[in-house]
Amino acid sequence: MKTFEYTITDPVGIHARPAGLLVKAVKEHASKVTITKKNPDGTEKSADAKKLLALMNLGIKQGDTVTVSVDGEDEDDTFEAISRFMSENL
Amino acid sequence: MQVATGTSILNGIAIGKIKIYKAPVYKIDESLVNDPIPELKRFEDARVKAQDQQNVLYEKAVESAGEDSAAIFQFHADMLDDDDLLDAVKTIIVDQHHTAEYAAKQGFENVAEMFKEMDDPYFQARSADVIDVGNAVIEYLLGIDTTSLQGTEPTILVAEDLAPSETVKLDKSLLLGMITREGSSNSHTAILARSMNLPALIQCKQISDDWDGKFAILDGYNSCVYIDPTQDLIDSLTAKHNEDLRKEALLQELKGKTNTTIDGKTIKVFANIGGPSDVGAVQQNDAEGVGLFRSEFVYLNSPEDPSEETQFLAYKRVLETLAPKLVVIRTCDIGADKTIDYMNLDKEVNPALGYRAIRICLTRKDFFKRQLRALLRASVYGNLGIMFPMIISVREVRECKEILAECKRELENEGQKYSDKIQVGIMIETPAAALCADELASEVDFFSLGTNDLTQYTCAIDRQNAKLEPFADTHHPAVMKEIKMTIDAAHRHGIWAGICGELGADPTLTETFLRMGVDELSVNAKSVLPLRKKIRSIDLSKPVQQ
Repeated sequence: MKTFEYTITDPVGIHARPAGLLVKAVKEHASKVTITKKNPDGTEKSADAKKLLALMNLGIKQGDTVTVSVDGEDEDDTFEAISRFMSENL
Repeated sequence: MQVATGTSILNGIAIGKIKIYKAPVYKIDESLVNDPIPELKRFEDARVKAQDQQNVLYEKAVESAGEDSAAIFQFHADMLDDDDLLDAVKTIIVDQHHTAEYAAKQGFENVAEMFKEMDDPYFQARSADVIDVGNAVIEYLLGIDTTSLQGTEPTILVAEDLAPSETVKLDKSLLLGMITREGSSNSHTAILARSMNLPALIQCKQISDDWDGKFAILDGYNSCVYIDPTQDLIDSLTAKHNEDLRKEALLQELKGKTNTTIDGKTIKVFANIGGPSDVGAVQQNDAEGVGLFRSEFVYLNSPEDPSEETQFLAYKRVLETLAPKLVVIRTCDIGADKTIDYMNLDKEVNPALGYRAIRICLTRKDFFKRQLRALLRASVYGNLGIMFPMIISVREVRECKEILAECKRELENEGQKYSDKIQVGIMIETPAAALCADELASEVDFFSLGTNDLTQYTCAIDRQNAKLEPFADTHHPAVMKEIKMTIDAAHRHGIWAGICGELGADPTLTETFLRMGVDELSVNAKSVLPLRKKIRSIDLSKPVQQ
């Protein structure tokens, strides 16, 4: 499993459009991609990045830092593709 | 062939198929089923169809409104691939033996509820998208042809009447023309038709459900519609329609030219808009700014009182896109004929003279402050004018300015920025305001004459009541006097005065207004260039020709 942290710069956060694109990007790979958001109260909330509504329900906004974990056979490729996608779109 | 008559709103011709517009009613079967397998299959079929529909809408929206506005349909389509959502619906079918439509309704409502409970207004607003897509699925399950609401091809829409909120939702790219049984020439349907340059017929008492799908020609010049027209009519009206299109093209040549009379007087011609989606029309028609941005859309398009953030984003988008052009945003003007459930306004015997616009804002201060704070925050992104409607006294203006100052202080304390170049003005739309224009002028930076209400209040003619049309005189001399008084008072105090009501676009009055010294006319985007053409043909050095 590989993980990285990313801080969202998009003014609206992970809104409908990038969320849809992210789900599509993740679905091109076999690995499981999990996005975790830490709340200010210390609790954590995670979503499978192949699930659009769950992902959006994290309510990730500009300035939020999320942890992205990639786990599976093609995790090197997936890691590379998703980290690039996030820096270009989010 | 059948000929039906009505009152024409615009001299134009629409040629195409008729579509009868009726809002759907869902009858959800709540009984249980023995075998869930066929229900699962029904749900799956409807899901696929609804998804196809969203993709079609996406393609269409890209063409008519651009990629950005269309993206929402992409989201709708993607939602119908979401495993969590689909599993939730299927569970209700399999475990509870409910029908597919019942399960879909529950499933989508649950997800919508989930969004509604989120903190951020952007995500909260997505609950409406979930319901929208859910309805698309339910409509397929119930055999309600969603496209039958408006259709997927451009049509002439025929309806009993259209509420302001309904008209806002119509896909303008699919509207060739509109025909309604009710409405008056100043109703929202009519105003919308004019702003979109759409031929429209109102008060057409003969409309019939049998017309659905039939070929028709709406002839705005002759205030009638031909159902199944003869070949001769098709030929002659098509020729006339093509001539209109050529005229339209000619007007495009006027883009970039100033609004200057032959003798050298230049005024400003601005556009009236109803929301961020009209910004494209402002640019295409080369308007120099926005003289009236009706902020009601943020209230009408929202299931609940819109937050400061929602409003801020909408205002910011318009200001940013049109900068450095001036954008005059009118504060909330609901009440009277524009009511909203969540405002809980009492039914009134005489709503036009009742609790509306600034009267609501000054008594519901928190509601008003939300809008003012959103406007102030958005002001740094462009050139903002704030305009207060329905003013009758200096005291009201001072109160508005005091609340505005209070909002500024709050924002300063919070470390938020606002522009120090905001113009503050008022609508002159009551006889009281016109008569007190001198006193009011010393309080503000500009006046904008709202001629629709000014005429209604001066002549005591309800503009929604079609029966009164024979008594109405849109060029009433009393109204003309009030306009002149207002402009003169403005100039005595060194401020500018414009007209943002329907009269501003009336070419038979352009010369009169220019001679009165009007500084700005704000009209429907489509009227900007015809008005420019008119202004450029006027010579004020010559005596008045009657």
